[in-house]
Amino acid sequence: MPTTTISGHEIHVDDEGFMTVYDEWDETLGAALAAQIGIEMTDEHWKAIRFLRSDFPAQGETATLRRVSTVGGIPTKQLFTMFPQKPAKKMAYVAGLPKPRGCV
Amino acid sequence: MKTLVILGGGTAGTMIANKLRHRLPRRDWSITVVDRDDVHHYQPGYLFVPFGDYTRDQVVRSRHAFLPDGVDFVIGAVDLVDTEADVVRLEDGRTLPYDQLVIASGTTPRPDQTPGLLGSEWRRSIFDFYTLEGAEALAKALAAFDGGRLVVHITETPIKCPVAPLEFTFLAEAWLRKHGLRDRVELVYVTPLDGAFTKPVASAHLGGMLEERKVHVETDFMVEHVDPERKVLVSYDDREIPFDLLVTVPLNMGADFVARSGLGDELNYVPVDNHTLLSKSHDNIFAVGDASDIPASKAGSVAHFAVEIFVDNFLQHIAGQSMTGSFDGHANCFVESGDDKALLIDFNYDTEPLPGKYPLPVIGPMDLLKETRTNHLGKLAFRWIYWNVLLPGRPVPLPAHMSMAGKHPKED
Repeated sequence: MPTTTISGHEIHVDDEGFMTVYDEWDETLGAALAAQIGIEMTDEHWKAIRFLRSDFPAQGETATLRRVSTVGGIPTKQLFTMFPQKPAKKMAYVAGLPKPRGCV
Repeated sequence: MKTLVILGGGTAGTMIANKLRHRLPRRDWSITVVDRDDVHHYQPGYLFVPFGDYTRDQVVRSRHAFLPDGVDFVIGAVDLVDTEADVVRLEDGRTLPYDQLVIASGTTPRPDQTPGLLGSEWRRSIFDFYTLEGAEALAKALAAFDGGRLVVHITETPIKCPVAPLEFTFLAEAWLRKHGLRDRVELVYVTPLDGAFTKPVASAHLGGMLEERKVHVETDFMVEHVDPERKVLVSYDDREIPFDLLVTVPLNMGADFVARSGLGDELNYVPVDNHTLLSKSHDNIFAVGDASDIPASKAGSVAHFAVEIFVDNFLQHIAGQSMTGSFDGHANCFVESGDDKALLIDFNYDTEPLPGKYPLPVIGPMDLLKETRTNHLGKLAFRWIYWNVLLPGRPVPLPAHMSMAGKHPKED
């Protein structure tokens, strides 16, 4: 498993740069990851990211956009505004979680 | 006397009733199957209806004809499952107490969940083919179609039979060529995924097949609403896709009673253990087939393989033993590609569809991820197997667990 260093944190990542170890993440790293993909974090961004982080341990997988909107209470439209083009992937990247599985 | 109640008389529910009736002594266990009607649909057959290859009488039978003696069949809509009292309540007021419950109520297309879909253009220029009525209406629309933009669209995943929209596209392209219309039609495939399919090797392969057929693919498209006046799909990020004929796969959701009973996730699927299909919240409730939240394809083949594992596990479970069978998410799907050819894909939770050969007793190996006429004949033959072997619970000579035999982990 490759490792990389982002703003002083050494982290394990997959081929596409998604973090693979849940506990290596913290919010300063989240902000640094967001900056990597051109996103400046606001309170609203953090609300989404914190939902993903809190949802993951029990679910064992990264929340889908539908789950973030219906369970996390953030409208899908807003997710597209905050994390343009590929919100599900971008949120997972910033939250240090696996790429959401598409479907199967 | 104990009672097993099975909610749903589709592929999983019918197979379970047949297999368990032979395994559970009648003096000890009664089995009841509940469904809202007595019509069993061979859903894979819908794909061929729009092109006039199958008609209603080839894909529909009565449910009760496939249930064995000694199984009670109750026709009624489920209001909710009262998990405190272990009772199923039907909408007409009847109650069905259970000792063990199997939720096998599948997944259903929900066009009502996308604004504008059920508006003025529904079944005029907007069609689905995941219902028999939709597939029949689409057959008429295709017969009258003389050119323009034909858009095939997936709302959101997961959907049942995830390869069917691709198959529909391949078949439509071949059908248009056959009818001399291909030059007058712009074919567009719109998906919320980042490629043609979900798994990398198959996605690249199937994506290449779309390209060869000059089908434009629009990826990462999450539809927000349909504007029936302007005949456009509008995404959350304000992209627009105009259509003359839209063939959409609406959002799929599990049954509403699952949500009313507090048993579902955000799409009304029942959270279960991926390997035993036992509910994560109740140790006398299982969910088998499309109704569960397992990360496998929602498909008849998955239901079939899962039932094989489930039956032995269930017998251990009610005997107070731990369940030793472990379902691996095995799926096995023929993918129609047009011109009387098809591909075969075989995969599970951990192994994506790979090229190679699929060993098959008697008939001989079939090609994986490759278009052949044999695969197409296999797909057509499966309808007979479904009605005559699979549903009655007779042994099908396919291993329930996926095997790596014949598969090539890397492209040749």
